Amino acid sequence: MNSEPADPATISDAVSADPKAPRPVRVATGDEHPVTSPLSVHDMTVAYHRKPVLWDVDFDAPAGSLIGMIGPNGAGKSTLLKAALDLIPKASGRVMVFGKPYRQQRHLVGYVPQRESVDWDFPVNALDVVAMGLYRRIGWCRMVSRRHKQSAMQALEQVGMADFAKRQISQLSGGQQQRVFLARALVQDASLYLMDEPFAGVDASTETAIVNILQTLRTAGKTVLVVHHDLHTVRDYFDQVILLNMRIVAHGPTDEIFTPDNLKKTYGGRLTLLDRAAHAIARQGET
Amino acid sequence: MPRPRIFLCLLTLTLFAWPSSVVMASDISSIQDTSMSLPSWDMLLRVLLLKDYNTRVVMFGTMSLGLAAGVIGTMMLLRKRALMGDALSHATLPGIGLAFIVMVQFGGTGKYLPGLLLGASLSGALGLACIMTIRRWTRLKEDAALGIVLSVFFGLGVAILGIIQKMQTGQASGLQSFIYGKTAAMLAQDAKMIAVVALFTVGICGLMFKELKLLCFDATYAQSQGWPILRLDAIIMALIIIVTVIGLQAVGLILMIALLVIPPAAARFWTERLFPMILISAGIGAASGFAGAAFSALLPRLPAGAIIVVVASFIFAMSLLFGTARGIVHRLIDHTNLSRKVAQQNLLRALYERSEGSRSLSKQNLSPIASATSSSFKRLLIARSWSPRKLRRTIRHAISQQLVRSRQDNRYSLTRNGLAEARRVVRNHRLWELYLIHHADIAPSHVDRGADELEHILGPSMVDELLGLLAVKHPELAVPPSPHAINSRSAIGIAGKYRPKTGSSKRT
Repeated sequence: MNSEPADPATISDAVSADPKAPRPVRVATGDEHPVTSPLSVHDMTVAYHRKPVLWDVDFDAPAGSLIGMIGPNGAGKSTLLKAALDLIPKASGRVMVFGKPYRQQRHLVGYVPQRESVDWDFPVNALDVVAMGLYRRIGWCRMVSRRHKQSAMQALEQVGMADFAKRQISQLSGGQQQRVFLARALVQDASLYLMDEPFAGVDASTETAIVNILQTLRTAGKTVLVVHHDLHTVRDYFDQVILLNMRIVAHGPTDEIFTPDNLKKTYGGRLTLLDRAAHAIARQGET
Repeated sequence: MPRPRIFLCLLTLTLFAWPSSVVMASDISSIQDTSMSLPSWDMLLRVLLLKDYNTRVVMFGTMSLGLAAGVIGTMMLLRKRALMGDALSHATLPGIGLAFIVMVQFGGTGKYLPGLLLGASLSGALGLACIMTIRRWTRLKEDAALGIVLSVFFGLGVAILGIIQKMQTGQASGLQSFIYGKTAAMLAQDAKMIAVVALFTVGICGLMFKELKLLCFDATYAQSQGWPILRLDAIIMALIIIVTVIGLQAVGLILMIALLVIPPAAARFWTERLFPMILISAGIGAASGFAGAAFSALLPRLPAGAIIVVVASFIFAMSLLFGTARGIVHRLIDHTNLSRKVAQQNLLRALYERSEGSRSLSKQNLSPIASATSSSFKRLLIARSWSPRKLRRTIRHAISQQLVRSRQDNRYSLTRNGLAEARRVVRNHRLWELYLIHHADIAPSHVDRGADELEHILGPSMVDELLGLLAVKHPELAVPPSPHAINSRSAIGIAGKYRPKTGSSKRT
C-alpha cells in the first residue's frame, strides 16, 4: 500500500477551496536537532480504506515544548497521534522518537487517549487505572507491588485526586476521570507525552489543574503534544502550534503561526468559528 | 415518590410468590409425568452427604466446570465478547460430527470422548477464525459476522449428525447429547479432565491477571504500551474454547454460553473491583454446578445442564435485587437516604431563612436567636413544595438528630447545632447559586451540590471570588460559623497545591 495517489479533488476540498494552496509554512526554531527531536514525523500518510485522512504530514517537535494541535473536526488530529503510536497502520512515512523508531522507545512515550475511548463502568478503582501505567515496567506475569502502588498514589496526588484513589471509576466526574488518565501517563515518567483532547468536557478547575501539570512537565524538560479544540486558550497554553487539516497547514511558535490568516487556511470557510477566533486573537493582542 | 414504594411491594410479592410457584411447578410436573416422583428424605440425605460415588463424580465435574467458566467468563464479559462465546459453542457441533466420522473410518466406535472434544475445539477455532476474517476483510459489522458463523456452523453440524444417523456403522445415539448436555454420562476420567482444564484456566488467568485486566479495560492504551493485544485476545479466546468444549458433555452447546455469562454478570452486582468479581463469579459458577448435579441426582429425568443454568439464573436474580454494590434494593436505600438528606437540608434552610429577617442574628451569639425565631408547621409547609406527610417525617427525623426543637406552642426552631448546620447548608447553597449566576458558561459535570468541599469542585480561586460576592450580600454567611465547617482560608491554602485534605476538614 505504498503512497497510493489519492483523488486530488478530495484533498483540496478538505484543505481549502483554492486549488493552488500555498505550501505548508515551516518555521525553523533555531536550536532544532531533528536527529534527537522527541517526535519527528516524516511524510506520513494515513488512509482508512481508500479515503486519505492524513496526507504527507511532516514535522519535528522541538524538545521541552508545549505543542497544541489545532484543526477542525475530522482534520485527523487523533489519527495523527494513533498513527504515530503504531495503533493504526500508516500508508507511508515514518515516525522517530528521540531518533529511533517508536517500537524501541515505547518507555519514553506517555499516551493519554480520549476519555470516551473506554468503558468507565469497568470494575476498577482510580488507583488501579493509574497503576496500569506501570505494567510495562513491572513486566509479564508479575504482581503490582506495594512500591508500585505508592508511585501510582503519588501520581494521583500530583493531579489532585488522592482522595478518590479507592473510588470506582464510574463514580468520578468527567474531569476527575480525565485526571486519572493523566495520572496514568504521568506515572510512566515519560519524556514525550501525547494527549488526545485532555480538555474535552472537563470542569474549570480540572482545566486549570491540567494546564498547571503541563507547565510543570515542560519545566522538567518534557515535550507535550496536545490535541486541542478551544481556540481562545491556545495562546495562553502553548508555545508551539500545529495547524492541521488533513495535512499540516502551518506549524511553529504560537506567536508567529497562530494568525487569522493561517486559521482561515485551516478551517476553510467556517466563518462563525473564524470570526470568533479572530475576535479572540484581537482580544489577546490588546492585553 | 410512589415509584420506590411500588417497587418494594412488587419485591415482597415476588419473594412470597417464588417458593410457592416452585412447589406448584413441581406438583404439576409430577402429575403429568408419573415416573417422576419427588425424592424421599433418604435420597436427599444420600445426595447431600455425597454418599453416592456417581453423584460425587458428577458434582466434582460440574463444579470444576462452573468455576472455570466463572473465571474466564468474567474476562469474556468485560472484553465484550459474550456473543462471540455463543457463536463459538455453536461452531463446535460440526467438529464433533466430523471427529466421529473420522474415528469410525479408522475402525473405532467413534465414541472416544477426547477425540470428539478435539474435533469440537478445532471447529470452534475455525468458527472464530471465520468471524475474525469476516470482520477484517468485509465491512460487515461484528453482529452480522457472529450471526453468520453461528447459524452456518450449527446448521452444518446438524446436517452432519443427520448423515451419521444414516451411516449404519457405529452407535450415533450419544452424539445428540452434546447439544443439550447429559451429565449422567460423565465418568470419573471425564470429571478429572474437566478439573485439569479448570485448573489450567484458573492458573493462566491468575498468572496474567494484570495483562488481561489492562486488555479488557483499555486495549488501545495496552497496544500503545507495546502489549501484544492480538496474542492476549487469542489467549482469552483459546481458554473460552477449551472451557466450552469440556462443558459440552455436561451442559451442552446451547446452554454453555449461560454458564459463561450469567455468573460474572451476577458477580458484578456485588463488587466494584475485578479480583473479587472473578472470585464471586467462580463461586457462583461452582455453586450452580453443585446444585445442578444434586438436582439431577434427585430427579433423574431433569436435564442437569438446564438445571445448572436455572440455578445460576436464580442466583443472578438474587444478585440483581440484593447485590451490595449495584443491587436494586441497595440503590433504593441509597436513593431514600439521599432524598431524606435533601429534605432535611431544605427544612434547615427554611427555618434559617425565617430567622434571617430577625435582627438578633449575629455571629458570636448563637443560642438566643436559635430559640428566638420559630416557625409554625403551616409556614414551613408553604415554604417548599412538600407534602404534609413528608414534612412531618422530616421534622421528626431532624428532632431525633437534635437539629430542630419542637416548642410547646407547636412551633419549631433550630437548636444550636441545627443553626450551625443550617448556616453551612445555606452558605453552600448560596455559593452555588452565585456560581451558576456568574459562571453558568462553565457548567460543571456530575457535581454533588451537597458536597462539603466546594474548593475541590470549583477550585480555590473560584470559591474566593464567590465568597467575595457573598460577603456583599450576606455578611453573616461569608465566614462559616461552625468550627466543623471548612475554614475558607486554610482550605484554599491546602487545595491550592492540590494536596489531599486532612481528616480534620472533612465532615461526615
